Amino acid sequence: MNPEGVTDKLKEQFQEGIVRLPDFRGETSFRLLVSGEVAHAAMLLKNGCGFDYLVDISAVDHLGVPGEKHRFELVYHLYSYASGHHLRLKTFVAEASGGLSSLPSITPVFQAANWHEREIYDLMGIRFDGHPDLRRILMWDGYPHHPLRKDFPLEGLPVETGDGRFTQSAAMEGGPFVASFSPSATGREPRSQTPSV
Amino acid sequence: MIKTWNQPDAAGQWAEHVSQQGADAPSGDRFILNMGPSHPSTHGVLRLVLELDGEVVVKATPDVGYLHRGDEKIAENMTYNQFVPYTDRLDYLAPLANNVAYALAVEKLMGWELPPRGQAIRLIGCELARISSHLLGVGCFAMDCGAMTVFLYTFTEREKIYDLMEMLTGARLTTSYTRVGGMTRDLPANFIPAVKSFLEGLAPRVDEVDSLLSRNRIFVDRTKDIGVMSREDAIDFGITGPNLRASGVEFDLRKRHPYLGYEKFDFDVPVGSVGDSYDRYLCRLQEIRESMKILRQAIEKIPGGPICVTDKKNILPNKPSVLSDMESLIQQFMLVTEGIKAPPGEIYFGAENPKGELGFYIYSLGGGVPHRLKIRAPSFVNLSILPKLLPGCMLSDVTAILGSFDFVMGECDR
Repeated sequence: MNPEGVTDKLKEQFQEGIVRLPDFRGETSFRLLVSGEVAHAAMLLKNGCGFDYLVDISAVDHLGVPGEKHRFELVYHLYSYASGHHLRLKTFVAEASGGLSSLPSITPVFQAANWHEREIYDLMGIRFDGHPDLRRILMWDGYPHHPLRKDFPLEGLPVETGDGRFTQSAAMEGGPFVASFSPSATGREPRSQTPSV
Repeated sequence: MIKTWNQPDAAGQWAEHVSQQGADAPSGDRFILNMGPSHPSTHGVLRLVLELDGEVVVKATPDVGYLHRGDEKIAENMTYNQFVPYTDRLDYLAPLANNVAYALAVEKLMGWELPPRGQAIRLIGCELARISSHLLGVGCFAMDCGAMTVFLYTFTEREKIYDLMEMLTGARLTTSYTRVGGMTRDLPANFIPAVKSFLEGLAPRVDEVDSLLSRNRIFVDRTKDIGVMSREDAIDFGITGPNLRASGVEFDLRKRHPYLGYEKFDFDVPVGSVGDSYDRYLCRLQEIRESMKILRQAIEKIPGGPICVTDKKNILPNKPSVLSDMESLIQQFMLVTEGIKAPPGEIYFGAENPKGELGFYIYSLGGGVPHRLKIRAPSFVNLSILPKLLPGCMLSDVTAILGSFDFVMGECDR
């Protein structure tokens, strides 16, 4: 099914709840306004539109980005073997006031989502309701932080989990002289950053 | 407390870990076998927690992350070109292919396309990397099944590829050859004849490996109908690369969405019919031959011209002009400190790497640093099917299945 057909199909189901974003570099993106609908949308895309291959799921942390109302954004990449089309489904997830934010898991729809969602839970700290086995995957069970969040410092935090496993901050020696995004040229200049946590 | 085979102490982590999987204590004769993270057939640091009933696997829980270095976090804190050396360390059996995939992803963000000569050089590098990776895949798979000779043969050939890499990039393993918008250097003068003579020597070696394994009774018995992955499962779990094709899905990004000018070359995509370990071996072996076919065509007609894009604002000026010309010096300084001027936007680019689809998702707010860079690692996704595939197998088949999957943990754990 081509992108226009998919747009119609999604509009039919979600009406105002889905927005087609402007194409960039020939890629089709949709934004789902209610993150709780993501499992329905995945089901519709798989069974109704032929997007049978879940390429990837990523999460983006928008902490400190001007103009972003919600902290997290989930990005699903889907591909259809039959038609050869690729699409991106995005949805915002607000930061929960206590505990971790959550949204429905799509593992019941795509088995491939299992490990991707575990990775996002591990590194970004977003829970997936209905996931069969939501455990940390790259860090160990019991590790207290979510390292890919923007407020986690690059050099790491010292952690002692009491079971013989620990981490230490990396010795940066005044570095790394890292660049970061800023509208001003002086802000973009590489400099040593002090951890914010 | 569940008894584990090599339980460390009373408060042992492995025992605790197993009990958290929701598994009840193994009943009767069942017991837990911990395989890895240091085991020859796990090709790195994969750990498998196997629940066994006699010699039959009842449940398998892969435990990954022992090689996690936080590459995605690191990428958010440096300019695009600074990240190139980190891509060497993803799939370290085919570093050049990673370099190229990453450069192509950033170039897609920039909206660039390389001149024909640059594309041809990258393509040659990618295919050499594919041969190198598949030679290791086949050799180590054979060794996991007890055939030492093949391993020695394939590693002799890989050594020659490393020599070619050294000639091309200056390094054998950590190539870091590409830059956003081009390469560090052009082809060395005697490179093409060297590739030609390498290919001449490789062809009989591949045939020899073929004759040593493909109808070898022991190898066939150990791999045929072992670890059968159905077409539906392969698609549902997002398997890519030779593992997917062995299950009968004719899908190769080089054919379906050609990049680097793959559409100009005549090659076939080997596809399996059963999806067992033997098919995965056959697909890899045949892909070596197809890559040789591509390479022979590629070195016949290398286009002339520049190897880098000509966007003066975003490409490092050449060294003589930096030393003699004020503008170039400023340009060099700005590019090294601030990085390229990427537009805001987001792209996903997937390349057909030896292990499968290596994808980069870049979310840019503009400027020289990505806001988020996600690596879609094929080995990570390919391993996620193990809990489904291993139960029901004999313990001795586990090594055969792991070998046939040809994963690499540097990429899986990132």
